Amino acid sequence: MMKKILVILITTFTLIVNVHAGSDGDLVLKKNEPSEIKDCSETFNKASFALNQSLDKIIFKPVSSVYRVLPSPIKTGVSNSLNNLTNVVTIPNNVLQGEFALAGLNTGRFLINTTVGVLGIIDVASYLGFSEYVKEDYGQSLASHGVGPGCYLVLPVLGPTTARDTLASLTNFIGGDAWYNVTVKNDTHYFKDIDYYASRVTAGVDFRAKNFDSIENLEKNSLDFYASVKSLYLQDRQQRILNSAKIIETQDDSDWEEIETQ
Amino acid sequence: MMKKKLLVYLIIFFSVPFFSLSIEPDIFVQSTVNRASKLLGEDISKNEKIEKLKLIAKETVDIKGIGFYTLGAKRKSLSDEEKKEYISLFEEYFLKSFSSRLAEYTNPEIDVKNKEKLNDNYTIVNSILKATNERPEINIDWRIYTKDPNNPLIRDLIIEGLSLARTQKEEFASVLSSNENNIEALFKVLEEFSNN
Repeated sequence: MMKKILVILITTFTLIVNVHAGSDGDLVLKKNEPSEIKDCSETFNKASFALNQSLDKIIFKPVSSVYRVLPSPIKTGVSNSLNNLTNVVTIPNNVLQGEFALAGLNTGRFLINTTVGVLGIIDVASYLGFSEYVKEDYGQSLASHGVGPGCYLVLPVLGPTTARDTLASLTNFIGGDAWYNVTVKNDTHYFKDIDYYASRVTAGVDFRAKNFDSIENLEKNSLDFYASVKSLYLQDRQQRILNSAKIIETQDDSDWEEIETQ
Repeated sequence: MMKKKLLVYLIIFFSVPFFSLSIEPDIFVQSTVNRASKLLGEDISKNEKIEKLKLIAKETVDIKGIGFYTLGAKRKSLSDEEKKEYISLFEEYFLKSFSSRLAEYTNPEIDVKNKEKLNDNYTIVNSILKATNERPEINIDWRIYTKDPNNPLIRDLIIEGLSLARTQKEEFASVLSSNENNIEALFKVLEEFSNN
């Protein structure tokens, strides 16, 4: 299985278009346009998708259905704490994207929330008026420098991604994620491997619980659930890369305009 | 002179109501949402809710426009007969899908916050679906078709930045591409969905 994934990654990465250091927003928008991203390994992706759906039914759905009815303060605390941990990946990526002021702000946020906020459980920084936290990762940094997404992929257990984002995420395991470094990579006396894996699984459950009804609804009302998930994932990814939640900045309106001529 | 003045007054008096008939997109969204929300909070069966939601959708959503948008480039190659059949099947599919999605919610609270006019044909209305104990607050934007300002219509729902119309369009494209771009295959899938 690993070999197959590696072969797919290598072949799809060759489809990633060249890097332009100073690429502008329009180019990044165009490269990450969901309808333009090829599904080169559709058979493999659909098999992974089916496997993930089975795992969801057996593990994630039952666990998240219990998790979602926990009292709100518990869920908010868990969610805040997991979000706080992602700062250790966001901050280096703020720097890689040239957002130095934001890197400083997120460092302040991380320090305050980890200490005063009791390991990130309380989002003290937000109470103090810090701007809304936006996660960044190595895939987004590559994209912001003009690297195209390559092919769409669905990885077993991990879910939807692209060739670029999969390769970029490997950076987390070679020193790019301080949380991974202190839990798995280095033998510290304070944390164990299980802390890292538990945080990842909990993040998955937290996401599933937050989107419980939406996912159920989508599955029930989709003509092609695989295509719907692919579209939603790629739309979301495009927005994260462009750091924009405004549909008018990420959607080509020409199709809507054409309807006028019907 | 007096008669002429009176005539001018009368013309102005009667024309004002006609000019002021246009409905602001944000008010249109809030009133549509209030209607749906009130209905969802009623003590009636789920099937009754679905039927009533379908009526609201028929009045407030541009189903035909969404149908053509969703079909993408394929719509250009359809005959008039096929277009007619498609729109009829799409309407059934849309109403079933839309109403059963909404019927899952009980008394959703949506507050309209803002609006942004894109051009004469479109305004985006921003709203928030308030958080409950089970899910966080959700941003919902509405693409309102305002070509006829007296009769604004919903063309898209954008939930946390993700367009439902765009998702549906890519879904239909996938159905077509896995069936050699044959429109009959899409008709069959739409029919099956509506009949199930």
